[in-house]
Amino acid sequence: MIRLEPRTEPSRAMIALTPILAVLATMIAGGFLFSALGKNPIEAIRMIFWDPVLGEHAFYYRGQILVKAAPLIMIALGLSFGFRAGIWNIGAEGQFIMGGVIGAAAGLALYPSESIFVFPIMLIAGTLGGLLWALIPAYLKIKFNANEILVSLMLVYVAFNFLAGMVTGPLRDPDGFNFPESRSFQQWDAASNPELIAGSGIHWGVLVTMGLVIVAYILLTRHIFGFHIRLAGQSPRAAKFGGVNPNKMVAICLGLSGALAGMAGLYEVTGPAGKLTTTFPLGYGFTAIIVAFLGRLHPIGILLAGLLLAVTYVGGDVIQANLSLPKASIQVFQGMLLFFLLAVDVLVHFRIRFKRGL
Amino acid sequence: MKLLKTLMAGAALVVGLGGMAHAQDKTKVGFVYVGPVGDFGWSYEHDQGRKAVEEAFGDKVETTFVESVPEGADSERVMTQMALSGAKLIFTTSFGYMDPTINVAKKFPDVKFEHATGYKQADNVSTYSARFYEGRSVIGHIAGHMTETDTIGYIASFPIPEVIRGINASYLAAKAVNPDVKMKIVWVYTWFDPGKEADAATALIEQGADIIMQHTDSPAAMTIAEEKGILAFGQASDMKQFGPNARLSSIIDNWAPYYIARTQAVMDGTWESGNTWDGIKEGMVEIGEFSDKIPADVQASATALKDGIVAGTTHSFTGPINKQDGTPWLAEGETADDGTLATMNFYVEGIEGEIPQ
Amino acid sequence: MDFSAISVVSLLATLMVAATPILLAAIGELVTEKSGVLNLGVEGMMIFGAICGFIAAVETGSPLIGFIAAAAGSAALSFLFAILTQYLLANQVASGLALTLFGLGLAALLGHQYTGIKPPSSPKLDLPILSDLPVVGPILFNHDYMIYFSILLVAGVWYFLKFTRKGLVLRAVGENHDAAHALGYKVIRIRILAIMFGGACAGLGGAYLSLIRVPQWTEGMTAGAGWIALAIVVFASWKPWRIILGAYLFGGVTILQLNLQAVGVDIPVSYLSMAPYLVTIIVLVIMSADRKRASLNAPASLGRIFHASN
Repeated sequence: MIRLEPRTEPSRAMIALTPILAVLATMIAGGFLFSALGKNPIEAIRMIFWDPVLGEHAFYYRGQILVKAAPLIMIALGLSFGFRAGIWNIGAEGQFIMGGVIGAAAGLALYPSESIFVFPIMLIAGTLGGLLWALIPAYLKIKFNANEILVSLMLVYVAFNFLAGMVTGPLRDPDGFNFPESRSFQQWDAASNPELIAGSGIHWGVLVTMGLVIVAYILLTRHIFGFHIRLAGQSPRAAKFGGVNPNKMVAICLGLSGALAGMAGLYEVTGPAGKLTTTFPLGYGFTAIIVAFLGRLHPIGILLAGLLLAVTYVGGDVIQANLSLPKASIQVFQGMLLFFLLAVDVLVHFRIRFKRGL
Repeated sequence: MKLLKTLMAGAALVVGLGGMAHAQDKTKVGFVYVGPVGDFGWSYEHDQGRKAVEEAFGDKVETTFVESVPEGADSERVMTQMALSGAKLIFTTSFGYMDPTINVAKKFPDVKFEHATGYKQADNVSTYSARFYEGRSVIGHIAGHMTETDTIGYIASFPIPEVIRGINASYLAAKAVNPDVKMKIVWVYTWFDPGKEADAATALIEQGADIIMQHTDSPAAMTIAEEKGILAFGQASDMKQFGPNARLSSIIDNWAPYYIARTQAVMDGTWESGNTWDGIKEGMVEIGEFSDKIPADVQASATALKDGIVAGTTHSFTGPINKQDGTPWLAEGETADDGTLATMNFYVEGIEGEIPQ
Repeated sequence: MDFSAISVVSLLATLMVAATPILLAAIGELVTEKSGVLNLGVEGMMIFGAICGFIAAVETGSPLIGFIAAAAGSAALSFLFAILTQYLLANQVASGLALTLFGLGLAALLGHQYTGIKPPSSPKLDLPILSDLPVVGPILFNHDYMIYFSILLVAGVWYFLKFTRKGLVLRAVGENHDAAHALGYKVIRIRILAIMFGGACAGLGGAYLSLIRVPQWTEGMTAGAGWIALAIVVFASWKPWRIILGAYLFGGVTILQLNLQAVGVDIPVSYLSMAPYLVTIIVLVIMSADRKRASLNAPASLGRIFHASN
């Protein structure tokens, strides 16, 4: 009989080892999957993990990995604080959407101004949009004790329908032949979030994300706020005696994660997506939850987890095009990677003991 | 160091990497699809076109495709990746790929791009679309004859010119043979959601429609029509297997001739940017085989209509036609110009309801 | 504009068909959540059930075998989630999301050969006199068997949770797993069974979509129905009978707006689609605010990880 025995302290060796273990396991299981589909497994695995980072066209893919990873990391950083404190915002997708919509609306109200203030105004509006959207579950939690997991999830659907209403209505491009999309921000210099170095993929959102990783690291490890967060998560009672106001904690954690998700949404709409459409969210808000956990709620871990997932996105497209594999096989592969990563995590906090009988 | 590398890489991209792709004997052709190739509608037919290219050129071409590519940044990456790995010609098959196609085309001046249903061209970007409205005239004509309740149900996706044109063309053709005909329109705001399309078909049937037309991508409406014992038309692909009794005919997107011609042009070095809008005549729009349910005389008149369109003697929009509000649009004998058709945002007289704004 | 053109009778009949997939998935998720587990993978389990059921029904020609296979397949898929969350103590939210991704991909892979096929049709209830009754006939006595089964299932779950000892234990586990463990109940075993029940129900819901409501297999055909099921559980405030109300309300909004359009009423579709979710939030707030009725609220251990320390 196998038993799990809690470790007194998280194993440092395992923290480093488990992700590697999971990736290896995924490579093996994925190899079987790809060979079952009649492809050379080694070639397929190489294309997913190696080509985007070090392959022939990696100079382009590396930038694209940053483009895919940045919103995931930015949102996950915000979420991680709340998750540590036991406050579950799973509606980041909705806050991401509202950030995009409100920010875009603020910008479109100024169209066609070429003022240098257009983009900053949009950024502030987008961030506030995400922030306020996240404060709804916070308020309902504080005032009525409503479960924030469920309220924030419901608000995702509301936000999505709001987005659909906006792009088929008030925010629709008046010159766009009724297509359900807004004006292009890519082609409006004052409102665009362009690639800063051509071909690198780096836009303002990527730079801000990198900065945020450092800020979050300092906040978590060196600042009293990080201490309170960790305390609230580990022992709510102790936190209360330690002077942490739980209601304030709920508001700060949800607000912070909402603001970052909103900001990420705005960067996405003005940059890579280029315009507001119903398809712009791409599930970043949900995937970021996975990223937060894979990164063990630690800023550096989140950075690495975001990059790893982004590699599989970019690599997934590479093998699709090069090996004529269906999209579904890449989804399965990513699903396996997530399963393995989540599964091996147990080794960090627990030791496996083999025992006879019960 | 890393920054320097990135900078250099960026510079390389700017100067045009199209030239960097290796010389190859095979011409590489890439296809970007918005849905799964198994949707049995839009993306499926584009993939049939891709297969036709492979068949036509055999060893001389190599085709690649990526399916279910979200419009936006992801599509830009997929196109770039195809260009980087040596594709000489890339078909981007959804309206939402318009700006990404233009962006990527700028970086790869030596690669030719073909964007379906868009309106932005460049030196190395052509646009192409099909005159589906011609097909809609033919099936509208059949529907006008066949409806017993004088009610045609129409499942519409988004209120864009393409869809509105289709509604107008079907209605005009139906009304020409059946002055009492009414058209009930339901907007589902999606191209592909089988459940919702099925519900929309059911709602239309409950409102008295005995023939369903659709401008969405899944065969769900056809299966519902079959089940409820009413009639329908295949859309994008033939869909016969979904409604052996319900299906009267179909409008089939046949991209194969165009894809083969454009691939040939790239091989010959004669490719030029342009805007292609082909119809039944060129074979881009096909009318599926008529069901036995259609009486012989209607089959004959529908064929005559089709032949007229092919010969250029008949146009789907021939005056006199008034707009919905009664203002005249086309005078007696006048036909609609492509510019107006491409931006059509009004119903013709007789259609009830308003275009959602 | 002619509202009278909308026949309430046929509207209700259609609504029941449209609501059944989400009803089935929601009643399963309710049991899972009652045991204290939040499984966000409903969408993945539904679509996996849709293809399992479709394949089995096409290969055997029997819709019944299709539904059984769908339940079994999705229960097996949910077992993956159970292993992750119950044995390996992984976070439930993250595992559920991963399950959705995995299920969507796996279903599409399996379904590659099965696009463009018609499944065998499912028999409908056809009682001599009753089915032909006006009004009552189409609403009550002229459906496929799965609709009746879905309602029986709700009744069964209600009875199980309210009146049986096992149901009591399940609720106890969901309320306070440590106390339940201390009393000697097998928390993990009970939760795994609850998760698999949820999986089986989601599978049935998916198969209803691919075998009866649409009926065909297309990739991504659930189109978010699993997420709606999650909302319905909350709307129902974890009460089985309210699941029916919730499912018919959520399904009904879509049907109603399509019907209103068909009679020519101009309606703001997006804002109307938003309404059920807003109502759900309001319901949740009302339930939560009233602390006297706390027992009606979310299971207290929902989403929390359990590890027996001894």
